[in-house]
This record gives sequence, C-alpha cells and structure tokens, in this order.
Amino acid sequence: MADPYTTLGVPRDASQDTIRDAYRRLAKQHHPDLNPGNAKAEETFKAVSGANSILSDPDKRGKFDRGEIDASGQEQAPRESYRNHAEGGSGRRYSRTDSQSGGWSDADFGDIFNSVFGERRHTDDDRPIHGQDKQYALSTAFLDAVNGAMSRLTLPDGRTLEVKIPPGTADGQVLRLRGLGGPGRNGAPAGDALIEVHVAEHRHFHRDGQDIRLTLPVSLSEAVLGGSIEVPTPGGLVSMRVPPHADSGTELRLRGRGVPAHDGLATGDLYAKLNVVLGAPDEALEEFLRNWKPKNPIDPRQAMREQP
Amino acid sequence: MIGIDGVIGQISGLTRQDLERWIANAWVRPDKSADDYAFREIDVARARLILEMRDEMEINEDALPVVLLLLDQLYDLRRQMRDLNSAFLQVVPKDVRLDLAAHLTTHSR
Repeated sequence: MADPYTTLGVPRDASQDTIRDAYRRLAKQHHPDLNPGNAKAEETFKAVSGANSILSDPDKRGKFDRGEIDASGQEQAPRESYRNHAEGGSGRRYSRTDSQSGGWSDADFGDIFNSVFGERRHTDDDRPIHGQDKQYALSTAFLDAVNGAMSRLTLPDGRTLEVKIPPGTADGQVLRLRGLGGPGRNGAPAGDALIEVHVAEHRHFHRDGQDIRLTLPVSLSEAVLGGSIEVPTPGGLVSMRVPPHADSGTELRLRGRGVPAHDGLATGDLYAKLNVVLGAPDEALEEFLRNWKPKNPIDPRQAMREQP
Repeated sequence: MIGIDGVIGQISGLTRQDLERWIANAWVRPDKSADDYAFREIDVARARLILEMRDEMEINEDALPVVLLLLDQLYDLRRQMRDLNSAFLQVVPKDVRLDLAAHLTTHSR
C-alpha cells in the first residue's frame, strides 16, 4: 500500500490541520456516492480514507513514523453505501421525477428521451389530470405560532415557499397552499402544498387550547404585601396587580392575553401561577423570623397527615 | 426497517436534533408509523451520507439542498440509464445494439 503522506499529498512534517484539509479536499472529490459507477474514484477514496485513518490520529501517525506499523491493514471496512440503494429500484424514494412506481412516468421520458420515444406519448390519453398534493413539514418557534409570522420552507427541489403562519397555529396543524403542489396535466389545475406545522416548546409559556399557562416567580414581599409587577405575555410585557397574601400556587388570570382569536375561537387568557422565590440569604429576614410569633400559626402539612 | 433511535445508534456522530431537522426538511424521508419513523436501508444510508457531507466535506446545511438536488437528479439519470440498458437487452436485436454502439463511438463528441 502507498505511503499515506503521498496518498494525501502532504509533507511528512505536515500539521494535523493540513492533513485534515487535504483529506477533506480529496474526500469531496472522490467520495464514491458522489461518483457512482466510477471505480477509480472508489479506489482512490479507499486509499485516502485509509491514509487519513493513520495520519489523523497522532498516536497512529507516530507509530507509523517510527516504523511500528505499516500502511496496510488500515482500509476502512466496507460499509453500506448510498449509491447501491439509490441506483436500484429503492432509489425511486428520492426521485425528483415524481415516479414512485416501478415503471417510467411521463417525467422520466423527459426532454432527453422524448425525441426517441415521442411517438409513445400520443397513445396516452390526454384528459386533464389534477396535480398531486404534496406533503411538507415545517418547524416553527412557539411565539411565531401564537402570534403569527412569515416563514420560509425550502422544498426538496431547492425552491423556497413563503409560508404565512396564521396567529393561533397549533402543533400538528396542516396549512394548505393552493396550487403549490404537483403540476396538473393537460390544462388541469396544480395540486396543493400541505404543510404540517411543528411548534417548538417554549421555555416559559405552555399552551392549553386558547389559554397560555405560565409559572411566575414572585418575591416574598410581592407575595405578602401585593403590588404591581410586569408579566411576560406572548404579546409582550403587561403589568398586573398581585393581591396581598397571594401564596405559591395562586393562579392569576390576565384576561385576553392568551392566544389571539382565530378561526371563530375567542381570544384566550393567560394564567400565571405564582411561585414564591426567597432569593439570597438575608440576615434581617432570618432575625425577624426567629423572633416572629405568628398570630395564626399554621401547619402546612396537615392535609397530608390526615390523608396520607 | 428501524426506528429513529436505531438510526442514531447506528451512525456515530449523528444527533437526534440533526436527524429530526433533516426529516423536517424532507432531506431524509422515512415512513411514518404510529409514533415513530420507520427507516429503510436507503434512508439510513442517506442520513449517513448527509452527515459525511456536512462534517467531513464541510458542505454547510444552507448549501446541502443544492447538493442533494443535483445528486438525486444524477441518480435518477443513472437509474433511467440502467432501465434503458435492460430494455435494450430485452427488446433490441443484437445487430441493432452493435450498430448503436458503433454509432456512439464514432459520432459522439
């Protein structure tokens, strides 16, 4: 087997970066899945991978340099290649010509073979056939789905579609873009693009139908004394009055601050569940609590004890 | 046919996030079963190829759709050529095939 430095075309004192760059450049050129049917490319790629597996690993490279291992036996085990599948019948799965069955469709005859087989087409009927609907998936951020947004979808054929995500779009909802599916034949209209929207989770907001739920941290003094605080909502910050003596778990409602009205559904509300946060240690508070004699002592775990 | 966890286990360096995004982009198109995907061998091989193109050949994900588009067209053409080849073998008499070969060697540029 050839010297790995020669195979990669790098000097013996090349840095690891130089070796990596050389490998990448050669892999791009000779990758067998990008050169189907080219036995020479396949051979070269094998040699390049073998050389890279020695030289990319400083330990193996050192052993090779000291003559402890030779360049043979470093070939990669043969692996499942894409080209073997893509060229056979199973490759129709990723065909760009729309033919999913065994035989050739009209698109397969295309412009190249059309002149040879052109006569065939006249025997086909020429009735109009409605274009096929095409299915796509689109991921979107939580707030874009709630408030509505414009998004862009790259199709398998490289075209991009501008997709309007309407306010209130729910996870799994399918948007239909008329006329953006497969082309119709013989004057028939094109099919539709059906886009299934996947809405990502939000760190704070949780959607519950038209309502939004949120766990809202409040300080001890905000909980005990009440006060006006700012609450994040899908539409931005909104101020809200926390009533005095609000406890952890208290749920406050902000009417009309949930999911906007859409498709005949009324605007939802935002439910903020309070969560008291004590924050950093505070000597004054500790001192106060040590001397504090509550007027109405409570046992917060009473219910647990009565109904274990 | 294997599920999404099987594919992630088989291809080292592949994250679930990557694979799910590629599926969402329709770069990899497994069948959908009740609550998982069902990958055929070609889907697994394609995911591995996409990972190699991105990580070893440094084709970033913005450029990948173009590469996949051209690659799919290349394989479409090769598949058509093979179909044509086997159709010729079955349908076209040998002397015509030899004529065709002679024509291609002498007249094509």
